[in-house]
Amino acid sequence: MEDGGDGEDGGEQTTTNKQQPANKNQQPTNQQPKMQKDAIRQREQRTGWILITPALLVLALVFAYPIVRAFVLSLFTQNLGTELEPVFSGFTNYVRLFGDGRFWQTFGQTAIFTISSILLELVIGMVFALVLNETFRGRGLARTASLIPWALPTAVMGLAWAWIFNDQYGVVNDLLSRVGFIEDPITWLGDPVRAMIALIFADVWKTTPFIAILLLAGLQSIPQDLYEAHKIDGANPVQSFWSITLPLLTPQMLIALLFRFAQAFGIFDLIQVMTGGGPAGRTEMISNYIYATVRRYLDFGYGAALVVVTFLILIAAVAITAFLLSKTRINVTGER
Amino acid sequence: MTTLQLENLRKQFAPDVIPVKDISLSVEDGEFLTLLGPSGCGKSTLLRLIAGLEQPTAGAVKIGGNVLNDIAPGDRNMAMVFQSYALYPHMNVSENISTSLRLKNVPQEEIKRRIANVSEKLGLGHLLNRKPSALSGGQRQRVALARALVRDPEVFLLDEPLSNLDALLREQVRQELKELFKSQNKPVVYVTHDQTEAMTLSSKVAVLLDGIIQQLDPPRRIYTHPANKFVAGFVGSPQMNLLTLNCNQNKAILGDYGFPLPQKGQSAKMIDMGLRPEDIHIATPEDELTVEGHVFLEENFGREVLLSVKVKGSDQTLRALIPPDDEWDNENIKLGWSHRQMHWFDAQSGERIEAADSPVLAS
Ligand SMILES: Nc1ncnc2c1ncn2[C@@H]1O[C@H](COP(=O)(O)OP(=O)(O)OP(=O)(O)O)[C@@H](O)[C@H]1O
Ligand SMILES: [Mg+2]
Repeated sequence: MEDGGDGEDGGEQTTTNKQQPANKNQQPTNQQPKMQKDAIRQREQRTGWILITPALLVLALVFAYPIVRAFVLSLFTQNLGTELEPVFSGFTNYVRLFGDGRFWQTFGQTAIFTISSILLELVIGMVFALVLNETFRGRGLARTASLIPWALPTAVMGLAWAWIFNDQYGVVNDLLSRVGFIEDPITWLGDPVRAMIALIFADVWKTTPFIAILLLAGLQSIPQDLYEAHKIDGANPVQSFWSITLPLLTPQMLIALLFRFAQAFGIFDLIQVMTGGGPAGRTEMISNYIYATVRRYLDFGYGAALVVVTFLILIAAVAITAFLLSKTRINVTGER
Repeated sequence: MTTLQLENLRKQFAPDVIPVKDISLSVEDGEFLTLLGPSGCGKSTLLRLIAGLEQPTAGAVKIGGNVLNDIAPGDRNMAMVFQSYALYPHMNVSENISTSLRLKNVPQEEIKRRIANVSEKLGLGHLLNRKPSALSGGQRQRVALARALVRDPEVFLLDEPLSNLDALLREQVRQELKELFKSQNKPVVYVTHDQTEAMTLSSKVAVLLDGIIQQLDPPRRIYTHPANKFVAGFVGSPQMNLLTLNCNQNKAILGDYGFPLPQKGQSAKMIDMGLRPEDIHIATPEDELTVEGHVFLEENFGREVLLSVKVKGSDQTLRALIPPDDEWDNENIKLGWSHRQMHWFDAQSGERIEAADSPVLAS
């Protein structure tokens, strides 16, 4: 591919070179219209700027200001519990952050939660998408029905899952004991590992449909004749999945991962409702920790530092994915 | 030695959608069969039945006497070139070409050798590392061909492989295709709705309409002896003049003129007469059959002029292809042709009626 690009560039260059002398000769006659064109373009550019100014202002107020403000705040010590006046303290908050065991614990837990739930969602979502892509009776209904979990408010469905996993009255324990798997009720949300599993389960249940629909859209954009050609080339359906479906679906998968990563890494409501971060903070995520720092301990300066670090981590992840995405675009379509 | 045989093949998608009704034919090694027909007549469906991408409702596909109905497309050892080419967009040219070999676990060395071989034959050598999206239409078409050739299949199936190319390129590629498949010496089934392709490439042509073979003959014979009115009108450009004429005793009446009927004792009231525009010329004294009329439309193709002529005493039109340097009078033109060049069809069934005095030639 690079060869091709170089070849084309070379070709263009030679043609422009050839044209230049001709242009020079024509310049005197051409000057008048060219000036006009420039004037038109300038005016259009000015109008353009005027038109997008309101949007830029809104963006600045809603995004840029809070980000800058958070960064500035993170350089101060301001704890409403101990003193009222902010005191400039440079990077003290960041230094404190490095030694903060609770931060690193919540960071690790967030990472575990994020990675397991988005991987599971991707795999299950892919299965859903493949099923929904087949023609069968009631497919339209199935597509709509599969979106219901995603449309539910997280807080509501978190509450429902908390009850479902309740050790005394929960459906899960009831079912398990009826089937005879367990004798005594399991304390799902009282044990660190099981609580994490319950959280991941609930999150997967809620957001798999989103990924499934995203992947389904991608599946439908793959021409059927590629599969037919592959079949004639001697491939079975599994081979076609690996060498046609997956590569051509990479952009959609990366977009799904990107969205879900940002969402899952900042998860707050589900945790707050289902476990409250417990037991003993073992399901606490970064957002919950920040919330506690700011709202319970009223430590604004340190809270801001936490926000800034989380923000940077997210930005890095997004940048990496975006980079990969631009790479696969080239790989899949050959376009730049 | 491979023979591809189709026996009473039928495909029904829905009670009233039957694109292939009852088709039987056979293609030998080195034979180039073209399926020719208007859009929607079931050409692609027939090809897909042969490839195994569709299961027949009835009938059988055989190679060398073995029924293939239950054999998966990948195991039939047939290569197919799709109308859209269906190149894998995420693979480069050499990966595209070698997919079937890799799926069959052919050793690396052998794959390399075969890619080199076929890409040299088709002039793809310098493109092997490109993605399909970075190729021109003609190059893509050659990659699709290479993908078929590299497998060394028993049968080649091609679905309108030239339809995406511009007219000039199509003409050039047509030549290449002809030579290429001559050297392969395998049965080729080629789908097209372009009669020029059908006439120039094939050793025999099957003209399809409504899922039935209308005529299966060498191209020359399709042109000279169309089996029915549909074939007569479909093959040949400009279209054959097809006039429905009243019969009177032993004559068919066109305006002020009468032409002897093809068979004596003909009892029908009506008959269809066919006459190719290129078989009509400005009348000379020797002509057996002539009509007079006036020209109401003149279309100049450069090499020839197509005249639309209203025949005297009738409102029927004859179109004649005349060299532009001939001289004629627009108001009163006299056209001539010979008996041999007339085609007759039954007015009801549309079937060809052979003239009694002309020997029925065996193909
Ligand atoms: N999977 C299918 N289900 C229902 N009908 C179909 C299906 N495939 C083809 N048909 C119908 O069968 C008929 C023949 O289709 P086919 O693709 O064989 O036409 P064709 O001769 O190749 O036409 P073209 O020259 O336009 O490619 C069409 O009327 C089409 O609508
Ligand atoms: Mg077709």
